[in-house]
Amino acid sequence: MEISLRALITLIHGMLFGAFFVMATYGLVVELYRSVYAEQPLKLTPQGDSRERLYLICMVGLGWAAVLTGAYVSYPWYRAVPPAGVTDLALYPRFLLKSSAVTAGWHDLGMEWKEHVAWIAPIAVTMVAYVLTRYRLSIREHPQVRTAILVFAVVALGAAGVAGFFGAMLNKYAPVNGGPTIHLRGKGQ
Amino acid sequence: MNPSQPQSGERITIQPAEFLPNGPAAAAILAAGIGSALLGILAVAADASKPVAKLLTFYLPTGPLSGVTSVAILLWLVTWFILARRWRTRTVAIGKINATAILLLALGILLTFPPFADLLQGK
Repeated sequence: MEISLRALITLIHGMLFGAFFVMATYGLVVELYRSVYAEQPLKLTPQGDSRERLYLICMVGLGWAAVLTGAYVSYPWYRAVPPAGVTDLALYPRFLLKSSAVTAGWHDLGMEWKEHVAWIAPIAVTMVAYVLTRYRLSIREHPQVRTAILVFAVVALGAAGVAGFFGAMLNKYAPVNGGPTIHLRGKGQ
Repeated sequence: MNPSQPQSGERITIQPAEFLPNGPAAAAILAAGIGSALLGILAVAADASKPVAKLLTFYLPTGPLSGVTSVAILLWLVTWFILARRWRTRTVAIGKINATAILLLALGILLTFPPFADLLQGK
């Protein structure tokens, strides 16, 4: 059982940072939506407050880690230009996708959208986390603020969902591969 | 008589322990909307113009995406900082600010959608 270094890092980008960010943002949306209909404000203990703050910090950190590893680590491998004369495009995912009309759309729509829209998610959740932390005790007194951050959180979830979906599909049709091989199990067999 | 109990006819005004004006939240919300819209505008500009794409290529392996996102994030943070300072202690018209921020957010999403960006460029 083995995996290439590039595949492993792309896996960390998508399945660790990206997927956990989507899950954390989903939890944020559910909690914000629930608070709209709560009759009584949920009062947390000081320990609960600090854990909630930790949740928000981790969510924001996951979002930024996902876009930064995507743009500066995996994406350069994805868009690498094959040297002249190379016919096997397995190590050049963008060119592999664009070499066929059947798969070109995954780049032209999928990657072109994903590479930009994904950045809106951490911008939005950073703002939401800031507002929730700053107005921790008084958010119910600002219902319009709560509505706005709920909209931004839903859009962040959607943007992260788009990025995650296209990331998974792109990696299915043209996986990022190459670099040293890491043997996980059964070395030498 | 307990001195803490109000006398008959006395008006009681309950002040929250800490009143927070909506200015800081409005600054964060509007700045996030502006940042999202800038991201979309820069993405379209880099796609439409080769000189702009070259100008925004801060890191060659990542291409124009490096400049598009770096500039958008920088301007988002600068805008947030300026608005937060101006509205630190103010209560602002949050309804209008929310509407503007959500429109800007929608614009950002729309401009990053390749078929819409292509339509704008007449492709």
